[in-house]
Order: sequence, then structure tokens, then C-alpha cells
Amino acid sequence: MPHFDPHLPEGALAEKWDRAKAGYRLVAPNNRDRIDIVVVGTGLAGASAAATLAELGYRVKSFCYQDSPRRAHSIAAQGGINAAKNYQGDNDSVYRLFYDTIKGGDYRSREANVYRLAQLSGQIIDQCVAQGVPFAREYGGLLDNRSFGGVQVKRTFYAKGQTGQQLLLGAYQALSRQIAKGRVSMYNRHEMLDLVLVGGKARGIVARNLVTGAIERHAAHAVVLASGGYGNVYFLSTYAMGSNCSAIWKVHKRGAYFANPGFVQIHPTCIPVHGPFQSKLTLMSESLRNSGRIWVPKKRSDAQATREGRCQPADIQEADRDYYLERRYPAFGNLAPRDVASRAAKERCDAGYGIEDNDAKEGVFLDFSTEIQRRGTERAYEAGMENPSAVQIRALGKKWIADKYGNLFDMYRQITGADPYETPMKIYPAVHYTMGGLWVDYDLMSSIPGCFVIGEANFSDHGANRLGASALMQGLADGYFILPYTLPNYLADDIRTGPIPTDTPEFDEASCGVRERIERWLSNKGAHTVDYFHKKLGEVMWNKVGMARSAAGLREAIAEIQQLRESFWKSVCVPGSADDLNPELEKAGRVADFLELGQLMAIDALDRDESCGGHFRVEHQTPGGEALRNDGDYAYVSAWAYQGADINREALHKEPLAFENVELKTRSYK
Amino acid sequence: MRKTTMAARKSLSLTLKIWRQKHAKARGRFETHRVKGISTASSFLEMLDVLNENLIEAGREPVAFDHDCREGICGICSLYINGRAHGPSRGITTCQLHMRSFRDGDTIYVEPWRSRAFPVIKDLIVDRSALDRVLQAGGFISVNTSGNTQDADSIPVNKQDADQAFDAASCIGCGACVATCKNSSAMLFTAAKVSHLAHLPQGQIERKRRVQHMVRQMDAEGFGNCSVTGACEVECPKGIALKHIARMNREYGHAVLTSREQT
Repeated sequence: MPHFDPHLPEGALAEKWDRAKAGYRLVAPNNRDRIDIVVVGTGLAGASAAATLAELGYRVKSFCYQDSPRRAHSIAAQGGINAAKNYQGDNDSVYRLFYDTIKGGDYRSREANVYRLAQLSGQIIDQCVAQGVPFAREYGGLLDNRSFGGVQVKRTFYAKGQTGQQLLLGAYQALSRQIAKGRVSMYNRHEMLDLVLVGGKARGIVARNLVTGAIERHAAHAVVLASGGYGNVYFLSTYAMGSNCSAIWKVHKRGAYFANPGFVQIHPTCIPVHGPFQSKLTLMSESLRNSGRIWVPKKRSDAQATREGRCQPADIQEADRDYYLERRYPAFGNLAPRDVASRAAKERCDAGYGIEDNDAKEGVFLDFSTEIQRRGTERAYEAGMENPSAVQIRALGKKWIADKYGNLFDMYRQITGADPYETPMKIYPAVHYTMGGLWVDYDLMSSIPGCFVIGEANFSDHGANRLGASALMQGLADGYFILPYTLPNYLADDIRTGPIPTDTPEFDEASCGVRERIERWLSNKGAHTVDYFHKKLGEVMWNKVGMARSAAGLREAIAEIQQLRESFWKSVCVPGSADDLNPELEKAGRVADFLELGQLMAIDALDRDESCGGHFRVEHQTPGGEALRNDGDYAYVSAWAYQGADINREALHKEPLAFENVELKTRSYK
Repeated sequence: MRKTTMAARKSLSLTLKIWRQKHAKARGRFETHRVKGISTASSFLEMLDVLNENLIEAGREPVAFDHDCREGICGICSLYINGRAHGPSRGITTCQLHMRSFRDGDTIYVEPWRSRAFPVIKDLIVDRSALDRVLQAGGFISVNTSGNTQDADSIPVNKQDADQAFDAASCIGCGACVATCKNSSAMLFTAAKVSHLAHLPQGQIERKRRVQHMVRQMDAEGFGNCSVTGACEVECPKGIALKHIARMNREYGHAVLTSREQT
């Protein structure tokens, strides 16, 4: 029986982490360099963990599929990172951050984990500032904050629209320092392709050198997965092209439970799809909702005229605009949480009010004209201008916008060819994050002893919907401040183990399996490219396991994905050879795993016969179209156990969620 | 009536002259390909995706090129397009280049970054690990993770310094500055990190050591020297300004003349 005890510490919520730490065993400094740790992935979680573990004195091997650890997709996070510093004096606190996160996740996450995350949030900011991360500042030299969706305080620290980049470079620099000292061995352009278990414990990985094609064996006393989320199962998403589920899926197949696979975040503000050759979608940061107002025309005829190019947004009078988030959720307005805002956009577009001229007629406006006017007036006043002209005010307002969001506006202009300073952005929801991931206990260990999972790759903190600016917080909390305390507790048993050999049957078996798969694809010579199957999978996932899910649609999806998987193995075409750089071969491996995980996501979504957070079952909604939770039957974490090639046979285990410190309420942002 | 960008979409037919090279030691050459039906709303890399799908279906090996985030921030994409790093537009990476920048019937030359310090791995992919090693030589502040550093707001930073530090820190490490420089100099890349940290109070303690170590590593990697042509600034997708090189030169001179440390 795999490990499935969440290991929650006793005691009051605020004391749990301290009690846990006090009970953890230690590894003395003189024993640490006898212990090897493999860390897969170099995003915020992986880089911060690898750097910190190396600082402590462990021998770390770090892996990334990119050409440099600095490329990991945390780099693309735009808006910011939350911390309960209460620097703005707006009555923020650890409890409030905890409460917002639990509520934002629609009461489907563990209280103890989320509280710990809120407790550690302040330390993250301190650590990053000490590293030289250039956060935005006020004229007085102190740190600036802004607000994000689903909260009523300003607790988000940011660096223009490049917060993820700056935080990742901070962690990358800490990692680089350890690489230079020889304490971290860095394996760029390497992909983990299997986990090796010895005596039931994780003892290493099999990885492919993506340049030479060599299948390598790397032994370790513990394996840490920080390989990110699996949103690319939808083909189109805001993820990087190489983001994949293979590391966590391989570990799942070795016995680790996969938790809440169906919980996916569809982000409301992305640039709409332009056509059939589109390869990815681009996010426009949630921070823009601090300044932008979201609307569609009130009249269907105006929407149609807009789509056909007969009418410009500026031609539509104020009275003929429907600011639907402000209308439906006056308390939070344009800063409603992501799941709520995404569904509201879909509702308007399904009803025929979409403004974008693509196949699905999907798109809404994100309009900055009100903010440009307001900030311009404010700046003119500050500058002591008497009777500033409308042109002057607009110019000052645009300057204010450029200071805050300049890179995002440039990015939008590059992609669409339209100028968002002059005309509203067109946006639509897109797949952005996966709350689900490998099941972990409070110590971040999976159901396989010695295999730890951190960052987006685990399921732990965000429930059924993640709040904005919380992913960066979780990645860094896991890597800097949690794993370096929990991992030694596990490793304390390993100080006498000595080096793990790689010439063993377990490593032989894993390497052979990896080789067989590769050879099978290369010799297949089928009729279709890997992308052909990936796009088909994405279509099924988006239409039937996307923003609105029904039992009938999910059953269809399960059958269709299974057929698609069979057809993939029969007729995929992978050119090139196994022993040099072969991007198509890399993609084939990733898509093969997505085809299995996609089916499990649909199975999970079918099992959860309620609506919660980003998981919206059309059978369960209020008359007003809000998600209807069922706490009596579904207040649990679904944890799936692999049972062999037939994904339909995966076994469901339930971890009940106990709420002792918050009252389960209908989530309302009205 | 005014027209939207969507309505103004067109379809392009193009001739591509693409650099093919099996591996670092092999001889490279240009290969000619034609693509049709490319939407002007597509990105340049999506156009290469179409080419690759065609090649695979024709039983040929696709063109290898580096790409990942496709939103201009990871810094992995690296093409020399019609003789310019990241293509004809300023202030963007290759993945942000869209086909509306080209005309129907155009011939487009696509090459890898060319520099002694960036050996070709395959086709359009080069090895830029030299940049990582320059960073590893000193591009950091030596603080361990502790959770007990001082409160973030106890280190006030003048907004102007913070903004300048940010501008320098926005370097994405793509190497366009090296590729475009006639000397293959990595001065802009190195200066960006030196300048970022030198602008902040946290960066003062290791200031002299940092610049000396990074410059030494930069030279050891085989990058050329800077002759201030300013080409790097023009091609930098993040607009890192030449003034950061001036800043690094000043830091370096000061460090060499006043440092007690032997480097």
C-alpha cells in the first residue's frame, strides 16, 4: 500500500508548522555531502530547492530540458507574488491571506498547507530583496504593492509585468553560485524519462541527453520533482512549448497517486485564438484588471458589427456597453477571481456578444480608457498644471500606464498589430495553470517514499482554483523554506546508506523501457505527425474537459481520448534518429503521456459530480449561473492510483478535507 | 468604414533559405524551401512549424530550432533572419516576430547565431552555455536562504536606482548582442548583470570582486572585445542600453585600481 497519510501536524492551525519543524530529524553538516539529491526542473520551485539544498551541503544534481536553467517557464509569470506583509496598512494578515486562498480555492485544499504558505509568504519577499530582486518601489524607496483577483487588499509585490522573470533570475543566480562552487551538477538539455525505485524507495532517475541521445542513469538518495504543470494537454495554452507532464506521469505510473487531475485554471485574460496554425496562447496579466474594465456590447447587433469590422469599440456609446463583471459582482468588479471571470466571459460569448472575428466568435474587450483619463488627471494635478487640455491629460495617463504595464502593452501590440493605448485589448480565457498534480503529504512527499514533489507539479495548496500571484509564492515557499526542512527528516535514515549503485536490475529495467519506447516510435513510420494527434487531443480536452463540463461530454471525451491514443501508437510518424538532437522524438514522448493523463482528467471530472472553482459541471449551477458545490459528498482530494495501461481502471482514493478554522460558505463575490 | 486587423489578414507564399548543419563538426549549407498559405497573423515560428509539418509528411527531417515560451521572455529563441538577430523589427525576440512584417513572395534567409563562443549543435540551434558560466563567475549576491534576512522594507532603494536596476535586470540572456556584434563581444550581457547589482545597496559588498570575476570569465570563453559600435543595443530585444557597458567599464576600472583582492 503506497503512502497515503497526509501527516498533518497536531495543534492549533498557527502552531502546526512550528510543531512539525520541532519534530523533524536533522542531518548533521558532516553527513550531508554523503547524500545525493536529484532535482528535476529549474523553475522557481526547482531552482530555489536545488540552491538551498546545496547551500546546506547536500550533493545536488539538477536537470532541465532547456539549454539553461534560466529558461524555465516561471520566467513568463507576469503579475506578481503575494505576501501578507500588510505594508499598505489595509488590514492584511497571515490569516486573511490564508482565508482568501482557501475561499479562492473553493474549499478544496488543506487548511494546514495553506496556512503554512501564508505564514512563509513574508520571508520570501525578504529573501528575494536580499538577493537583489528589483521589485517596484515608491518614491520613498519602499516596496510598492498592487491588488489581484479575489482579494480586497493590496498585497501583491511586482516588478513591472516581469515578476516571474525577476524572481526566477534571483533563484537562478543562487543556483549559479552553487554550480560555480561545484555543489550542484547542472544537466541542461536533459529530460527525465523514468523514476527508479529500489526496495520501494525513489533512488534515482533515467534521463535522456537531448543533444547526444544518450540514456543516462542518475542515482540519488531522494528525488525531487519540480517539473511544473500539465496544461499543454490542451495543446493551446499559455505554457511554454516544452512544458510537459512526463516526469510526474512516469512517477504516477511507478505508484505515486495523482491528485485532482481535473482541476485546471482557465485564465480570463489571454489574447484570443487567431487561426488553425496557432501554436500557443499569450497571457495578458491579471494585474491589468487593476486598471482595465471588461465589457462587451449590450446589443447583439453591435457585437456582430464589431466582429465584421463595421464598428469600432469607440463607436459604441457608454450606455450600450455591458461591463458584465461590474454588473454581476459589484463587490469585486473587474477583480473577480479567475474561474468566475472566465466563466462570465464564456457566458457572454455563448450568448452571442463576443467581439472577436475568429471561428468561435470569442473575445471580450479589456478597456483602459477610464484609467488613462483618471491617472492623467491625477498626474496633471500633481504637476501643478492649470487647465490641462484633454490631449495633455491623455498623454500623461498613457505615460502612467506605460510605467506600470509597458511590457504587456508592447507584447499585445506585437502579437495583434493593434495599439492598446488607443483601442481596447481583445481578450478571451485560455488554459494557464493546473491545480492538480501529484499527491503529497504535508512534508511534500508523494506516495512513493523518497520522491518529493514541489511547485505546480504537486496538488497541494490551491484547491479548485488558484488566486493570482499565488503560484510564485507557492513555488518559492516549497523550494526555499519547506523542502529544506522536510527532506532532511526523510534523509536522516540515509546517512549510512552510501552511494546508490546504478548497475542494478532496477536501473536496467527502467533504461530498457525508455529505449523500447523510443525505438518503437522511430520504427513506426506512420501517416501522421505528433502535432496532428496533439491538436486532436487538445480539441477534445478544450470542448469537453474545459470551462463547462457535463457527464455526457466527459463520457464522450474518455472514449475519444482512448481511441486517439490507440491511433497514436498505430500511426504516428517520428522522423530522425535516437542518437542525436531530435525535437520530434521529444514531442512524441510528451504527447504519449498527455494522451494518458487527458483521459484521467476526464475520469476525475466525471467523478466529481459537483461544481467547484474552475471545475464547472453544467448540471450543478445556481439559477444565476454560479458554481454549486456539494460539500457533503465531495469535500475530498481525489487521489488516483495507476492500475496498468487501461486508464479507465485507475483506482480512486479519497483524502477527506476537514475544515476546522473556516466555515464552509457559498463563495460569493457579489 | 475602418477595418480591423482581423479583416485585414492575408495569406503569404514565401521562399525560405534555411541553414542546415548536422552537428558542430559537419559542414553547413543553405537549403531552399517554399511555404504557402501562411497567415499574416501567424508568428514567424508558427510559419516554421508549418514548414516542419510539410517536411515530416514528405519523409524528410524537420529543421531544428530553439523555442520555448513563445512570448519573448525565456530567451531561448535565437534566429538570424535576413541578416539581423531576431529579424527585422526592433525590441522583440524571434518568437514575437509576426508574418505581417513580410510581403507575399519574399525570400527569407534564416541562420543560427554565429560566434566562436556559440558552437552550432544542429541546424539553427547553438550552444550558449558560455553565458551561464559568465553568470556563475559572480553574477549574484552571496546570501544563503535562511528566512531570517532583514525585513524587505528595511532596505529602502531610491526609485530611480531601482528602476535602472530593473532595466538592466530585464536581460533575457538570448545572446543577440553577441550574435550581432562584429567582435562577438558579450559586453552588453555581462554589463547588464554588473549594472543591475551595482545599482542596489545589496550589491555593494561584492561589487569589485563581481565585475573582475565576470570579465575574466567573459574573456576566457572567447568572446571578443567591445569597440562601442552600439549594434548590440539596437538588436537587444529588451532594449538594454549601451550606458550599462559604460557603467561596467567604470566599475571594472575602479575595482582593478582599488581592489585589495588578487584576481
